[in-house]
Amino acid sequence: MPPRWTAISESVSRRDDPSNSPLGGYLAMTSKSVKTGSGLFRVQGEVPAGARRWLAILSFAIPIAVWAVVSYVPFVWHPLIEVIEPGGVSWFQSGMRIERAQFEKASAQATKIGGKAPVGVRANPVFLPAPHEVARSVFTSFTTPPRFDGEPWLHQNLLHSMRVIFWGFFLSSLIGIPLGIACGAIPAFARLSEPFIDFFRYLPAPAFGALCVAVMGINDAPKIAIIFIGTFFQQVLVVANTVRRVDPSLVEAAQTLGAKPFKLVTRVIVPASVADLYSDQRVLLGWAWTYLIVAELIGTSTGITYFINLQAKYRAYDNVMAAILLIGIVGVTCDLVLAWVGKRLFPWRKDAVSMRPFAKRRPKAVAA
Amino acid sequence: MSRKMSEAMEPGNLERLARIDARDVVLDVQNLSKVFQSNEGPVEALRDVSFRVHRREFLCVIGASGCGKSTLARILAGLDDPTSGTLEVAGRKVSGPGPDRGMVFQGYTLFPWLTILRNVAFGLEMCGMSRSSAEIEAREWISLVGLEKFEKSYPHQLSGGMKQRVAIARALANKPRVLLMDEPFGALDAQTRAQMQAHLLQIWKNIDITIVFITHDLDEAVYLADRILVLDPRPGRVREMVDVPVSRPRTPAQIHGEAFRAAREHIDHLIHPPEPAVKIEALPMVRLIPVGDDVE
Repeated sequence: MPPRWTAISESVSRRDDPSNSPLGGYLAMTSKSVKTGSGLFRVQGEVPAGARRWLAILSFAIPIAVWAVVSYVPFVWHPLIEVIEPGGVSWFQSGMRIERAQFEKASAQATKIGGKAPVGVRANPVFLPAPHEVARSVFTSFTTPPRFDGEPWLHQNLLHSMRVIFWGFFLSSLIGIPLGIACGAIPAFARLSEPFIDFFRYLPAPAFGALCVAVMGINDAPKIAIIFIGTFFQQVLVVANTVRRVDPSLVEAAQTLGAKPFKLVTRVIVPASVADLYSDQRVLLGWAWTYLIVAELIGTSTGITYFINLQAKYRAYDNVMAAILLIGIVGVTCDLVLAWVGKRLFPWRKDAVSMRPFAKRRPKAVAA
Repeated sequence: MSRKMSEAMEPGNLERLARIDARDVVLDVQNLSKVFQSNEGPVEALRDVSFRVHRREFLCVIGASGCGKSTLARILAGLDDPTSGTLEVAGRKVSGPGPDRGMVFQGYTLFPWLTILRNVAFGLEMCGMSRSSAEIEAREWISLVGLEKFEKSYPHQLSGGMKQRVAIARALANKPRVLLMDEPFGALDAQTRAQMQAHLLQIWKNIDITIVFITHDLDEAVYLADRILVLDPRPGRVREMVDVPVSRPRTPAQIHGEAFRAAREHIDHLIHPPEPAVKIEALPMVRLIPVGDDVE
């Protein structure tokens, strides 16, 4: 045996016991644990198709379950006592909620002077309504007429909010997307506009509230302007970045095929990035929703924010929660619809779905 | 031409090469140099590269890595400007990309949002043809590369070899004088690559096209080319223009012939000058876990 094998022959003699070898532990690992990267909790890769739906359901079920436990199981939290029968305590009213220690004290005092002991049950603070109360409110808040004549119903408030979002986002996209594409495609454009836009996007949109009201009055115009300010500057930068990510070799290929600069933008850069731009707009639309609440507080309060504030004033927190839930439902529904449409808009994508989902399947060829 | 190559020349091949020389010069490269500015100072990629390619000639450019092959291809395509030197296509000075030079890249670069038909029609439309007539013409080029069944498919539905055939059809549809190919088959597996080489020779035989083919594969260069331009690395310079002694039409059987072997060996020596082999005893000792005692 040549001398360079000595190190190996040394470990050959001891290979019965892997712990003797410096790499023994590693070897054991390669033969067992490294392979077992499969199953539900594998690192990277795809989740099994069957598990995907269950995980999505669990994603909602877990927070709701936590909420239900906190709401329905008294010994988990329930820091207050809801008075059912005031008894001998003069300042108690049935339905009022007070801290447990205070209730005990008042109860002790009442019995001491010979009065009847008050009766109460453990309760959560009024701002944490139970799931079933909120679920009921989602329906009742639509069916309950507003307290005063001429005030909008909930669905009118909701539609009003959606209209404000639509116009703010539409106007922002109308200018922001072409400007972003120009910045992404033509570097000189980016150098000219991006420093200012980068500065401006750090200015919080609500800060312009007073200014917008002064310029545009108290109705919907300043609200649309706040959503515009909140969305537009981010939009330009996001769109420009997406457009910049277009594979430069596609542009070069088009150049060797005789494409002139304007055609490079319209026939290569825009179609190459349009699918990613579409996903960007979905994310940005979510941001527009977050600006909505601030925007609706400006001037005359309107829309879903008006409803939420009003219900909070009435201490109807189940309605408040229902309204917040509704924003989420509208937002997610909107996003799901856009995702569904997106899969059909771009047939060249690997995850694309046919434009005609209900089209008849082509019959299989029959052997002659 | 080196003495060694003329000895190995197969009968009739010298006359064939002379006939090529008698044709018009399609691509005339004179004293091309390229210096890149980097953070560590200027880097010389090409120095004084000159060569000529005649009409319907098949030229391969070969060299070790870092010899500026791809830089040369990009300059010929007009995607990079040379630092100095001139480039003439069919007697006309050119700068910048143009439809007179088609290019096929290693990475396919098909437009993923267009069907195969529209990909091939793209260049025709860019040169001012209407969409319908561009598509009619594109169909002919698609049938030339044998992909009629796939004209409505998108690029991601095709295999690597098929994508590269589409890229060739797309480049040829513009009727360029020169087809530049930058390691076009580098990403393909060995079998597909052999098929594509035969296919490319077939296309080249049938249409009036001059091909400049960049590769690092010796066998590929000898199998395809009339002449092989060998580049030296750092900076890229012309080492030698080698006449390939193998006669046409080429068949895979010629790979085992004397002329093929001689040409291959000659170019191999130009690219890789003999170096003292690394002594295996000099390698650092690595502690390995043996699989068994029977390792030889």
